[in-house]
Amino acid sequence: MSNLTKRGLGESDGRAITSAEEFRSRLLTLGLLVDGGAIGLYHRSATFESIVRSIEALASKAGRDQSPRQLYFSPVIGLATLLGSGYVSAFPNLIGTINSFDGDGEALRELRSRVDAGGQWVEMTSPTEVALCSASCHSLYPMLAHTTQPEGGSIFEVQASCFRHEPSLDPARMQSFRQHEFVYVGTAPGALEFRDQWLERGRALLGGLGLGIDVVPASDPFFGRGAQLLSRGQLDKELKFEIVAPISSTQPGAVASSNYHEDHFGAAFDLKDANGQVAHTACIGFGLERITLALLLKLGFDPALWPGGVRQQLDISVERPSALS
Amino acid sequence: MSDVAATIRSILDAHGRLSTPSQRIKDSDDLFQRGLSSHASVNVMLAIEDAFDVEFPDELLTRATFQSVESIRIALESLGVASTNVESD
Repeated sequence: MSNLTKRGLGESDGRAITSAEEFRSRLLTLGLLVDGGAIGLYHRSATFESIVRSIEALASKAGRDQSPRQLYFSPVIGLATLLGSGYVSAFPNLIGTINSFDGDGEALRELRSRVDAGGQWVEMTSPTEVALCSASCHSLYPMLAHTTQPEGGSIFEVQASCFRHEPSLDPARMQSFRQHEFVYVGTAPGALEFRDQWLERGRALLGGLGLGIDVVPASDPFFGRGAQLLSRGQLDKELKFEIVAPISSTQPGAVASSNYHEDHFGAAFDLKDANGQVAHTACIGFGLERITLALLLKLGFDPALWPGGVRQQLDISVERPSALS
Repeated sequence: MSDVAATIRSILDAHGRLSTPSQRIKDSDDLFQRGLSSHASVNVMLAIEDAFDVEFPDELLTRATFQSVESIRIALESLGVASTNVESD
């Protein structure tokens, strides 16, 4: 692993990265990322964004043969969507609900005076009917509510900016990031076949970029008492796999994850398969920022200097200005 | 039916979201096949802890523990919850 980071960063400036915090510091110093004003929030440079978009295009190409319906979801979702996804019960520590002010004249004067005085004003706002998107595919299921899928199921390609409240100095753990997903809705065997097929496609796609990936069984970070019961259940039933690679240090993390939800969303949103049974769903999500970080860690901070094979796959031309923007 | 099994059944009715009422489920029936979801099993687990004033240790926090009325009863027995038989009608 040390070999990987040495080689990658050696091409850029000869300095090896030893920790996620150091990697973060270099990304900020070089201007690839810009501090977003709170821990774990970042603005992206044109260079960073161009890599993200190249990865998106590569993933999209990998699913073209399935002619998925493509949707770009809003980063803000209805509370009913968040609730229906089951995310509130399972991960209340990660959600982001949105507050706004709805007070009368007197409350408004109080709010302004608190703001002017640098006091506590957030407590004067109240919850709205919207929240931040928890996962790209969560917006899909309510859209399909009370529908029956055709024979062979339906395949979607979706993307959204997602939010997880887990402030960290590790750039691999951004609070706001994009998930590019392929989702199947249909029968149970169809969902499993899709999951297996896309794990292989994901392995080929990310392995082809030379990321030194591994595919491992995984479980979600459920919250609170009962978390272990849910995690073990997920592992026992092999519902979740992650494609892992070093992202911000030698420690591997998930750059993509594949989930078989069984009938969780089908039951929650009244989705039926072609046989009239509760639909089963499966998805694979590519973490666009994480894959970008993994490439920068492995291959160096200047994409123009990346190996020709990788540049060709990502359509990064040598003519592109190598100066970081 | 034992009083413990009866309490487990009433908890399953309240929190398990089973496809059939628990009275029509045998002690050995697979609850997951009867519609108990992973998330519902957590609520069942928490309600059982409250009802019997116990805390399941890590090694019992598995799907196998919540597979059937019988497996839950056996787990509770291992935590010192005694089963007394009551007249069933």
